[in-house]
Amino acid sequence: MSDQTAHGTVPIACSINGRAYSLDVQVNERLLDVLRYRLGLTGTKEGCGEGECGACTVLLDGLPVNSCLVPAYQVDGRSVETVEGTDEQWAAHLHEHGTTQCGACTPGVVMTARWLDDTNPEDLSVREALAGNLCRCTGYRGICEGIKATLKARQQSSNEEGNP
Amino acid sequence: MSHSDLLMKTEMAMPRTLKQACEVQSNGLHDKNDIPGMPLPVLKAAGIDLMDHWKEGLTAPGQVSNLLALRDPSLHRLSADSIGALCTLSAIADSTAVRKSAPVIAQAAESTATPQIRNVATAGGNLFQRPRCWYYRAHQFDCLKKGGHMCFAVEGENRYHAVFGNGPCHIVHPSNLANALSVCQAEVLVVSSAQGTEEPRRVPMHQLFCLPEDRLKSEHTLGPDEIAVGISYRAAPHSAHYEVREKQSFDWPLVMASVALDMRDDGRTIAAARVCAGGVAPIPWRMPQVERALAGINVKDTQRVRQACDLAIRGAQPMSNNAYKLRILPVAVSRAVRLAVG
Repeated sequence: MSDQTAHGTVPIACSINGRAYSLDVQVNERLLDVLRYRLGLTGTKEGCGEGECGACTVLLDGLPVNSCLVPAYQVDGRSVETVEGTDEQWAAHLHEHGTTQCGACTPGVVMTARWLDDTNPEDLSVREALAGNLCRCTGYRGICEGIKATLKARQQSSNEEGNP
Repeated sequence: MSHSDLLMKTEMAMPRTLKQACEVQSNGLHDKNDIPGMPLPVLKAAGIDLMDHWKEGLTAPGQVSNLLALRDPSLHRLSADSIGALCTLSAIADSTAVRKSAPVIAQAAESTATPQIRNVATAGGNLFQRPRCWYYRAHQFDCLKKGGHMCFAVEGENRYHAVFGNGPCHIVHPSNLANALSVCQAEVLVVSSAQGTEEPRRVPMHQLFCLPEDRLKSEHTLGPDEIAVGISYRAAPHSAHYEVREKQSFDWPLVMASVALDMRDDGRTIAAARVCAGGVAPIPWRMPQVERALAGINVKDTQRVRQACDLAIRGAQPMSNNAYKLRILPVAVSRAVRLAVG
């Protein structure tokens, strides 16, 4: 084994849902496993385990990624947001539009929607943004409508806050 | 065994410098003599394709060298004429410099996979991903690429397979970035222990990939100890990438076309054209006959442009279920030409 390569565990410091964590992670450990099995953040689901279904979507420095494909050591010094870190407005609006059946895809869908919330909607349509989130129950119509309604409500709410 | 368990059984090198990465690639993680016959480590960037292989049971490498551990900033550098090998596809797609200098490259990066994948997938990984042929990807089929004795696509389901450069294996090249880079006269920069890291070897795109008749088990010409560290490309402001797909997003193109045009001063006449088709051959397939025919044409003369693009299918040898590609390909090329004109 070359001295110039690291093995075993590496220490990382990161922010997860706004809380600071210091962890020793194995070089082979996935972010998904750290979230679910070491931190108990089981809202993030494992579906395909190879980046196709999007059930494990989290935001890494504000961008959606498949946490099953992100090595945990790679989040050192970075910020992670999981479905546990989102506000309840998302759940309420999505529920209202019947976006959930089995619920396996919902945490990933919410995180992609959270990203859209920070993105210029003119640059990316909801349907395009959801290309990486597979749902086997709903047919997507309810999901898209729920997300649009939530984005609209949040936009209105932020406009009202900006114009007292 | 879960994917996580498979990962945990693998030894992973974490090289911090290119020199270290080259040493690992040339000697393995252990001393060369420790385990005679031990294959060299598999290079991993985002690891998306590697995970696909793992899950399907196509590979279970004992050693992986994780290029994401590298601290060299040049691997992430993006400019109007260069792309670091570790730049993500979303960074390439969003780069103002790339969009202005060579829109074809940004468009190809943008059309790949999903937002989640594009945020981690790298330029290098996109170029060197393995083919998506469903016989290659299924462990049940002992095809030529896996050391078997036949290409199952010949007698089987071949609607997504090649119509050019065919045989003995009939894959199509999976990288749309490679297609776009080909028309930007790109070169891939390669380092190795033997070569050193200061002066990378420059491999032109047309020498980077090889046909199955020349090499069956690999799609590229690099040696196992070589590492691609970046791409240099020439500006192509009049360029575009167009894909025909069954689904609007998250799908492999049936056919794609990348076009770069040099325009005369009048802004209407094509001085020179570079055209590359994808989804139709085992390598990005340059189309010199279309390039010659487009030169000198006024882009407003749609009939002549279409006639030139119709030459795209010359020499094609469709298989039993993919002759439809011959109807789509000229359309994809002509739409890419129209988009390139702007």
